[in-house]
Amino acid sequence: MSTLNATEFALLDNVAGLDWAEVPECTGPELVRRTAAELARGGRLCAWFGVPEPAGTRIVAVLAFDADNTLAVARSVPLNVGYPALTLEHAGAHLFERELWEQHAIRPEGHPWLKPVRRTDEAGTAPSMGEFFRVEGREVHEVAVGPVHAGIIEPGHFRFQCAGEEVLHLEIALGYQHRGIEEALTGGPHPLTASQMEVVAGDVSIAHATAHAMLVEALAGSEPPLRAQWLRAVALELERLANHTGDLGALANDVAFLPTSAACGKIRGDFLNLTALVCGNRFGRGLVRPGGCRHDLEPARIAQLGDRLKSAMAEAERASAWLWDAATVRARFEDVGTVHAAQAAELGLVGPAARACGLVRDVRYTHPAGWHRLAQMPVAVWPGGDVFARARVRWLEVQRSGEFLGEQLSAGPEGPVREKLPGLLPDRLAVALVEGWRGEVCHVALTDSAGRFRRYKIVDPSFHNWTGLALALRGQAISDFPVCNKSFNLSYCGFDL
Amino acid sequence: MFVIDTFLHRLKRGRETMAYPKGPAPALPDRHGGSLRVDGAKCVEGCDACVAVCAPQAIVRPGAGGIALDLGRCIFCAECVQACPAGAITQTGDHRMAARRREDLVLGAPGQEEVRLAAALDDKLRRLFGRSLRLRQVSAGGSGAEEADLNVLGTIGWDLGRFGIQFVASPRHADGLVITGPASRNMELALRKTWEAVPEPKIVIAVGAEAISGGVFAGHPQVHAGAASVVPVDLFIPGWPPHPLTILDGLLRLLGRLEEDRRDRDPQGHGALGQERPVN
Ligand code: SF4
Ligand code: SF4
Repeated sequence: MSTLNATEFALLDNVAGLDWAEVPECTGPELVRRTAAELARGGRLCAWFGVPEPAGTRIVAVLAFDADNTLAVARSVPLNVGYPALTLEHAGAHLFERELWEQHAIRPEGHPWLKPVRRTDEAGTAPSMGEFFRVEGREVHEVAVGPVHAGIIEPGHFRFQCAGEEVLHLEIALGYQHRGIEEALTGGPHPLTASQMEVVAGDVSIAHATAHAMLVEALAGSEPPLRAQWLRAVALELERLANHTGDLGALANDVAFLPTSAACGKIRGDFLNLTALVCGNRFGRGLVRPGGCRHDLEPARIAQLGDRLKSAMAEAERASAWLWDAATVRARFEDVGTVHAAQAAELGLVGPAARACGLVRDVRYTHPAGWHRLAQMPVAVWPGGDVFARARVRWLEVQRSGEFLGEQLSAGPEGPVREKLPGLLPDRLAVALVEGWRGEVCHVALTDSAGRFRRYKIVDPSFHNWTGLALALRGQAISDFPVCNKSFNLSYCGFDL
Repeated sequence: MFVIDTFLHRLKRGRETMAYPKGPAPALPDRHGGSLRVDGAKCVEGCDACVAVCAPQAIVRPGAGGIALDLGRCIFCAECVQACPAGAITQTGDHRMAARRREDLVLGAPGQEEVRLAAALDDKLRRLFGRSLRLRQVSAGGSGAEEADLNVLGTIGWDLGRFGIQFVASPRHADGLVITGPASRNMELALRKTWEAVPEPKIVIAVGAEAISGGVFAGHPQVHAGAASVVPVDLFIPGWPPHPLTILDGLLRLLGRLEEDRRDRDPQGHGALGQERPVN
């Protein structure tokens, strides 16, 4: 069934591991050629990163074949200087290659815009001081926004090239939130690792913690108790509900539609409080750990969850109905910030941003792992690629998460929620994908001969999607930036790591 | 038609803002556990069970005496509570944790079993800010969750505006900063500049374990050890992230706007006593 050439890539399932020695190896240019060929055949680039060795840096490519429900990995021989850039054929690789160059000084030759992703050139400077693409012309002016923005939000720098009100080009410079998470994982897992995973992006705690836990479990050659897998799936949807509802409210606020904005702000809190009912923390911190979960749900708690979920869902239904009913809202959402399906596919967008272009990309459906092997969810797609479509997909997902929880809350399997985990196997590579509310959360790890992390790669969905926002602004009035930005609502710290 | 529907809906729901602080505070989730208490006197000689299980190294055992638990570094996992054979560390269920001085967050010494809660600003600042406080938020490596729960304070249930507290877009319009995150090195310059742009007199509030001490990133070369490494901090609000109630309590405490400040929580007289006007 697979169209893949299995000698060029090793195939594996989501949350599966294989021996590092089994990962096919080739030269740098050959890896680029093979990867480009598979991307052209419908593959998707999940990760492209370096593994440093004494002889040089190997590139590891992780691809997803959504239609075949399979993942594929390959690696290069150790490289020391450069290789022909994959970006030239597949624009979606551009940030991965900049990152590789930044982290390992391996130069993707011919990369059209090679500049740091997170690093600043010298101490005491900031990412906004780097070089920016400029549009020249008498009528063209530049607008610089950030890192500190006008709301309670994370920092990032946006550089617009405008002709009057119209945005010709937007370049986004991030890195302000860099906390050194990947670097700290080398030699791990450490005692603090599981906690750090919960703040890779603090509003996606469950998804990142689950990806990490499943990855460690795969590397240990074990699987957590079924009840833990169920509980993780429940928590994942609670996380989605809170954030999607919050986003709908924030979108309403950006077009001055206050009834939905005010209501959703509160309902979002109600959903966060459901997560707190599960584990005490509104963001789910401290719930998911390698080996299982740290809390269980007793019947009375499940009943309370169910009741409170029902009333929050009813309120969300009502608040969103106003939104769809209002012509003023439609006028501000429709045909604003459009990303076409072809662009989304080329850039490798994920999550609601991709599904709002009609692309069927949802890890829960295409690469089911954990509880999602047993309880499927339909994929919510909407055509159009504009702000309206991104809002609409969120609402469809709110409904589906609500239905999923309604069915699943009472369907938890019996048994423990946590088991002791054996040590990690040496020289293994594993990949774990989880569909967080922003999209695909990807964790890849390689162990050394002692079973410690030799390299750990995290790809937050925002890493794929920030370029989508930049494209959405092309030809748009600069005053539409807030609503476009909100419609993506990407993570700064998830990108910056 | 949504116009009529929204009006009817609002009428039916009535006022949704919580009664607190006039009425009782909303309950914390039962598994939250609230603040911690350390009874140093109960600590067992030769034991270090809590030190061993505390992943962020919030607990140290400095020599023969009891332990020192730093609430400014704590992620409230309660592993130490479960590990302690003597019941020396307990959860209080109390949402109040904000302190004015960094050392007031370190628990364990005699007389310092619980957090020494924040005292109000001095009279002069309180006259300036007590009924109108404009804050500029700066995330400097914040995870997005601290920021989210600061935003929550602006929603109808909490309605921060009723206390005259408002988040503003420009530091020039602000009376102070609210900082989240460990102060990442890449944000250092922007944080410093934002602070400099706030006119004097100004206050700084650090929200969450990372902003207080570097939290789970303490020791990473890419970050500082919290906001105070870059600018002076006037109020520390612990939590991972702090519950909105904990943040609100801290803000009101700083402004001397809590009735219960009259209660004697503070043996050394740091609490804001007297001169209290009822809220609203
Ligand atoms: S509750 Fe705080 S002090 Fe206790 S183990 Fe957890 S982080 Fe350490
Ligand atoms: S576990 Fe309890 S008895 Fe042991 S050192 Fe900690 S506080 Fe003292």
